[in-house]
Amino acid sequence: MQLARVIGDIVATRKDETLTGIKLMVLQPIAADGSNAGRTLVAVDAVGAGVGETVFFVRGKEASFPFHPTEVTTDAGIVGIVDHWDLG
Amino acid sequence: MQIARVIGTVVSTQKHPKFEGAKLLLVQPIALDDTPRGNPLLAVDSVGAGVHEKVLVVIEGRAAGEALGRKGAPVDAAVIGIIDVVDVPPDVARDKQE
Repeated sequence: MQLARVIGDIVATRKDETLTGIKLMVLQPIAADGSNAGRTLVAVDAVGAGVGETVFFVRGKEASFPFHPTEVTTDAGIVGIVDHWDLG
Repeated sequence: MQIARVIGTVVSTQKHPKFEGAKLLLVQPIALDDTPRGNPLLAVDSVGAGVHEKVLVVIEGRAAGEALGRKGAPVDAAVIGIIDVVDVPPDVARDKQE
């Protein structure tokens, strides 16, 4: 899992039917200091995240697990909204 | 998922049986400002996308196989949506590009 900032969302009328009703968000992965770390990507949202929030997301088939039993076609999904994080 | 632009189609006669009837697209991943990012790749099409369209691509084996509706298909990427709008507010997206 990785930290990311939600920087936008996507509207797609024509899509895989398993994605119906699911929000698609544009994520910018971030490092522990909050700076950008890596390429932007699109992820399904399982927790009701909004643009501007810091979240954590999972990559891979596991991203579809929150929508069980629907096998959502995705390779990345937001699974938590971060309130804050501290570095020891 | 990645945002990509469809830049071509691929025709193949001799292929694995699981590809039977599947449309193969050549897609170029793009950044939020529409500039190409990385190398073009081949993806199976499950939504009827056409050349020049902006699409969503999953780059993961099992998800791509599901999009195709065939378990165990030897694929690793699939077009799963046609993008109408990418809405990235400029203030949130500051220094968004890698």
